[in-house]
Amino acid sequence: MSTTTERTVTVTVNGVPQQVTVPVRRLLSDALRHDLGLTGTHSGCEHGVCGSCTVLVDGAPVRSCLVLAVQVDGSSVTTVEGLSRSDHQGGEVLHPIQEAFRECHALQCGYCTPGFLTTLAAGLDARDPAVPITEDEVDELVGGNLCRCTGYANIKKACRHAAEQMRTAAEATR
Amino acid sequence: MKPAPFAYADPRTLDEALAVLSEEGEGAKVLAGGQSLLPLLNMRLAAPTTLVDINRVPGLDRIEAGEAGVRVGALVRHAALLRSAEASAVQPLLARATANVAHPAIRNRGTTVGSIAHADPSGEMTAVLALTGGSVTVATPDGSSSVDWADFFLGPLETAVHGPAVVTSAFFPALAPRSGTAFAEVSRRKGDYAVCGTGVVVTLDEDRRVASARVAHISVGLVPEVHDLTDAVAGRPVDTADWAAAGAMAQGLVDPDGDLHASADYRRLLVGALTTRTLASAAAEALERSA
Repeated sequence: MSTTTERTVTVTVNGVPQQVTVPVRRLLSDALRHDLGLTGTHSGCEHGVCGSCTVLVDGAPVRSCLVLAVQVDGSSVTTVEGLSRSDHQGGEVLHPIQEAFRECHALQCGYCTPGFLTTLAAGLDARDPAVPITEDEVDELVGGNLCRCTGYANIKKACRHAAEQMRTAAEATR
Repeated sequence: MKPAPFAYADPRTLDEALAVLSEEGEGAKVLAGGQSLLPLLNMRLAAPTTLVDINRVPGLDRIEAGEAGVRVGALVRHAALLRSAEASAVQPLLARATANVAHPAIRNRGTTVGSIAHADPSGEMTAVLALTGGSVTVATPDGSSSVDWADFFLGPLETAVHGPAVVTSAFFPALAPRSGTAFAEVSRRKGDYAVCGTGVVVTLDEDRRVASARVAHISVGLVPEVHDLTDAVAGRPVDTADWAAAGAMAQGLVDPDGDLHASADYRRLLVGALTTRTLASAAAEALERSA
């Protein structure tokens, strides 16, 4: 088997099939930002500590600065741009956590926000919405992301608020 | 903060992976979860000439839990091991320690075996492998062999594996009957590297007295070490055993270094406190499991 220094990667990003040719050392975070123009994903520390570059790969949150673009060949990636969905009337419906961030003023400079939103959206989507969220769960959900502005109080408040909204919505559809 | 250029291969079989590793020689490095390797590449602390990505090799993502223990394949993510009820039923330390490994986003990608092969003395699973008396399976072009934990770790980030080789699995022996475990650590931020961490196993005899008490620490020594603390508590019933004496004994057996995050004295203090606390909790569990 031979080695390569450049690869063409086929990947579905936010539901759209994409093909991009990259040097094999290209980080997923850079492929998203530079090659695909999706600048919603923010590069912070670039060594896995801050969490601002978090995206979903096949539904699970991962640090896009710690994954090579070639490694997501054949996978599906969701960035912060893909958290909302179409309302089929030309508009967008935000994910409950995005609504909650706005409602609870959970951001200031906004640099860390895309990482929080992807992490929290996946975390909230993965849990049973009927069960009220605990403080421990909230701490675990936000624990991997750094925010230097807010002191986390409003981010945690938004997390609880979104969980509550999702609980109400789940009850309404039952 | 970008990796230096390298060549890349993503073989589809283990033989292919070993062949590329052989061809590429010293500069080749195996890439599994990448959660320790990619930071090193990004910061250019490491600059391998070739990355051999084993993520597309089938069959390495299995967790096999049996009576003798749990075998964890090289591509089992921390998150998968944490979720495995079968694995923690056989060896509860696995989930207990894994819950302390970084953050969920890192656990979704990082692998248990990768963190062992990385041999960072602050890695939780290195201590668990040592404490449970485990081993790893190392595949080379000449065949596969099992390496005992005590022979595997040579120093920080240094193992007995040299040349073209892939650590294909780690084996963690089952928890013995009448035994309990506990794992705890202190870190600056939850999920960060531990300033000090402690895993323990306590085993009782048939009269429910302490038969053995063993401890392993992380972020304390250069390689995982298992210390036998039995002498401090041997033959005592769980409720009157002097766990603090065992904690003090543990303090005497370690020789931690100081660094930016904690002085050597503070680390030694944590060794005592965490050992005392985890032993009491493990002993209580051993008593429950003896009922």
